[in-house]
Amino acid sequence: MSRKKNKTKTFFKDLPKNIFSGFVVSLIALPLALGLAMASEAPPIAGIIAAVVGGVVVSILGGSYVTIAGPGNGLVGVLLIAITTLGLNSTYAAIICSGGLLLILGFLRMGKLADYFPSSAIQGMLAAIGLIILGKQFHIMLGNKISRENSIDYLLYIPDTLNAVFNFEDIGLKYAAIVGVLSLAIMIFYPKLRNKYLQLVPAPMWIVILSISFSYYYELVLKQPNPIHPDYMLSGIPSVNEIITQIPRPDFSDFLSMSFIGSVFALTLIASIESLLSIKAVDKLDPEKRRSNVNKDMSALGLATIGSGFLGGLNVVTVIARSSVNVNNGGTNRASNFAHATFLVIFIFLFSTQLTRIPLPALMAILVFTGYKLASPDKVKKIFSVGKEQLIIFLVTLFVTLKIGLIAGITVGVLVTFIIHIIVNKGVAFFLRNILKPNVLMFKEEIGSPTYYVSVKHFCSFLNYNKLKHKLDAIPEDKDAVVDFSMCEFVDHTVMENLNNYQELFLKRGGHFEVVGLDMHDTDSLHPFALRRLLPVPNIFKSNLTRRQTNLEALAKNYTLYYSATKRKETHFLDNFTFFNTKKINYIYNQLSNDLEDMILFDIEFSEGEFIAREVIRTTMLHIALNKRIPQFTLDKEGFLEKVYGFAGFKDLPLKEYSDFSKRFYLLGDDESAIKSFFNKDLVQFFESNPYYHIESNGNSILLYSKERLASNKEVKAMLNFGKRLQVVILKSISFNTKYS
Amino acid sequence: MSLNPFKTIGIGVTFSPNLKANISEAARLALFFDAKLVLIHVGEQSKDKENTFKTFLKPFIGKQLICDVVFKAGNPVEVILSAVNENKIDLLILGALKRETFFKYYIGSIARKITREAKCSVLLLIKPSIKRVPCQHIVVNGLEDPKTQQTIFTAFYVAKKLNANKITIVEEISQQEVAVNVDDDRSLRRSTLVKERLKLREDTRVKKIINDIPLGVKENILINTQPIFGKRGYSIGHYAQVVRADLLVMNAPTKTTFWDRLFPHDIEHILTELPTDVLIIR
Repeated sequence: MSRKKNKTKTFFKDLPKNIFSGFVVSLIALPLALGLAMASEAPPIAGIIAAVVGGVVVSILGGSYVTIAGPGNGLVGVLLIAITTLGLNSTYAAIICSGGLLLILGFLRMGKLADYFPSSAIQGMLAAIGLIILGKQFHIMLGNKISRENSIDYLLYIPDTLNAVFNFEDIGLKYAAIVGVLSLAIMIFYPKLRNKYLQLVPAPMWIVILSISFSYYYELVLKQPNPIHPDYMLSGIPSVNEIITQIPRPDFSDFLSMSFIGSVFALTLIASIESLLSIKAVDKLDPEKRRSNVNKDMSALGLATIGSGFLGGLNVVTVIARSSVNVNNGGTNRASNFAHATFLVIFIFLFSTQLTRIPLPALMAILVFTGYKLASPDKVKKIFSVGKEQLIIFLVTLFVTLKIGLIAGITVGVLVTFIIHIIVNKGVAFFLRNILKPNVLMFKEEIGSPTYYVSVKHFCSFLNYNKLKHKLDAIPEDKDAVVDFSMCEFVDHTVMENLNNYQELFLKRGGHFEVVGLDMHDTDSLHPFALRRLLPVPNIFKSNLTRRQTNLEALAKNYTLYYSATKRKETHFLDNFTFFNTKKINYIYNQLSNDLEDMILFDIEFSEGEFIAREVIRTTMLHIALNKRIPQFTLDKEGFLEKVYGFAGFKDLPLKEYSDFSKRFYLLGDDESAIKSFFNKDLVQFFESNPYYHIESNGNSILLYSKERLASNKEVKAMLNFGKRLQVVILKSISFNTKYS
Repeated sequence: MSLNPFKTIGIGVTFSPNLKANISEAARLALFFDAKLVLIHVGEQSKDKENTFKTFLKPFIGKQLICDVVFKAGNPVEVILSAVNENKIDLLILGALKRETFFKYYIGSIARKITREAKCSVLLLIKPSIKRVPCQHIVVNGLEDPKTQQTIFTAFYVAKKLNANKITIVEEISQQEVAVNVDDDRSLRRSTLVKERLKLREDTRVKKIINDIPLGVKENILINTQPIFGKRGYSIGHYAQVVRADLLVMNAPTKTTFWDRLFPHDIEHILTELPTDVLIIR
């Protein structure tokens, strides 16, 4: 009972924080929902309806914690075909049916549908969806609306559109194209600008705000009509009353036609794959390290999709970019999903007329960027680095999806993968003989420290990965696990990639996940798939050093420090810092360490957010190991933004005796009394009389950095100096505290 | 509960490259168990054949091995099964086949039929050798079954006779018994709790069986228990392979029908792929 009470208490305590992050999410959800609906050739409001219904239903009935539900980009391709072949009202019927299927899948505990597909084929399909979105919207972004039969034709016509832009006669079209290009530039360059205030509003919302103010500027200041061609303005945003009175009637008359059934299956398949991939990725970002109930979430998404379809909205799926924005802005539970839906309703209620001032090219630029991210050359490069055969699977799936359709694409992808596996193993008998046999053994080793040992026999590929997954899911992530493949003759890329995910998850939650027994596969030469490449292997950063690196090397010599330029992926010592809770560390490099190794200065690359909201940040940090217990805390400069966060429920610990310090610094931490006694006079004076750094303690070591960018040579020196003195002061104050307390 | 279950040991012999190894292995076991050895050959009797057997048996005859050779033509399965009845054989030894290139052993269709239908205990050998390979680690099943007690007793008896120094009793617990599906953190915690409880229950049950074993039999043997949550019959085989056990001792299946072979369970998993030498107690 008390636990339940506690839960309600934390829920209310976190509520302001979640409402705040829900607000930020709604800022990105609004333009995305409008754009995704337009791209599917549905009325723009359909996207908002999906987001609102999804936000409400999934937040109440869902099984995940920090995910956001709404219209997804993966479905654009399917919905587009459905709407053009079936018509809008039949498509609503198809959406309702696919929602029903999702609901059933969830109840039958089949939420793991996506696990049965090879990951390269899924990547190929997603890239194809990206190209479909990009190909179609690129022309509208540049003010050149065209209509073609095939998705590939849209792509092939891109050079012509580029050519046409420079020959526009109509000034209105010229303006449309300029708005499109500017919006795309905002999407591209926004992640590169690390300004706290700018970052408070997501890039898509900046595009909306700027384009609406542009329109008002012409109307109110210049007293001229908007120069953008009226065909290229968002139209048909109904007011709330109209939405309620004009609920469409889903048309089930095509129920048994092939195209209807095909659409239902495609919608269900893509919706479940997209949701599952998103839930998996978001679980890794969850600061509270919880595990989502995929099946429950799938049922909730199905129910939301049914509701959305009846109200004239699109499919509801879990969306990765919006969810990651939610996590980054402090969302901790499903309340933020609900808040995001509420804010969307408020926006429509208050600003539905203003929304018609958004030019279409601006919205389409957001989608072009989304499409590009789905099919970016980086992805192709990454897949190629895994293996040539993976690239074949990827490309075949991509082309078949573009040329014929999603279901055909993924089917061919599965077949090609299986054929490649047969070729690699020189025969199909091996698979047929073993596919139905159980092949996984898991037991908890009783002797010594309890370790979960998992052994896999025969082969392990996308065909029977579910058996392995079932066992792995039963291991608590904060324990140690060893997966042994020495009795397994063939392991495919899908499995290796998934194991890598487990490895990251275990690491984040304080456990250990090790894969052993793959070294033999090379020497046996039974297994030319060198897929171990996927697991982190340290490689040389660059053979020749950059200017900065030679400078650092010289600096190391002067300060008698050791310098190493290589990338290091093993970053356990950063695990418990709250700063990295919602971030993913890629690697550290350019490392300067002293001979005791208690002070390490390094450059670090980490990423924040996922998909289109993903930002890769490189910065320089200093880590000081104290080997003594100190309270956990975060200390930063007090600024306007922290005040805003303060309203949203982030707590600042005031130190009454040092009011000046409290005014200038923002101090965060759980153990209030320990922190208060830790911050004694010496320490406070030290912080007050020295330059500002962001300082964090994880209980036995200190992490500090000044800016979210790489530090210059001079800054490195200053940082080292500051770190050394801080270490002395802290160690002195600990000994003082222990002596007199 | 008899403590000397094997009084007569039978082995089917054919003229294969493994013949000498098979005979040596069987003769050695007969000496260990103080049992009589019966060689069963499916085919007509001839002087040549008899001489070959004699030469292979010679080193053991010197050590007081009592030995018989039975010749009988006909259907191999029927011949061996009838020989088992007529000679009151209580342990039948059968050789396994090796799948080309891979180190995987399985038993042929004839041996499999005999295993299913024999009324005595059956020992399936995967790699018989002319020189003795010591047996050190025995894995035995600890299923909740009336036959289990006899099986564990026999395992200890065999361990004693063969000087094995370690016995692991594997308690296989099927997923149905846990009855909690892992979906999220809460169900994971619940299933971990249920598993702990089941493990304790199984451990107490097996401890009771071990307590009933006379001290003389179990001294100098290291006894471990290992609960495994997984498919019955499959997990124990995989486990025996992982820990590189020298002998796996199993309960005999109750009764196998056509459907059991189509949807293999329990011992059938082990018959399709022998993890090590397997002794099936009947």
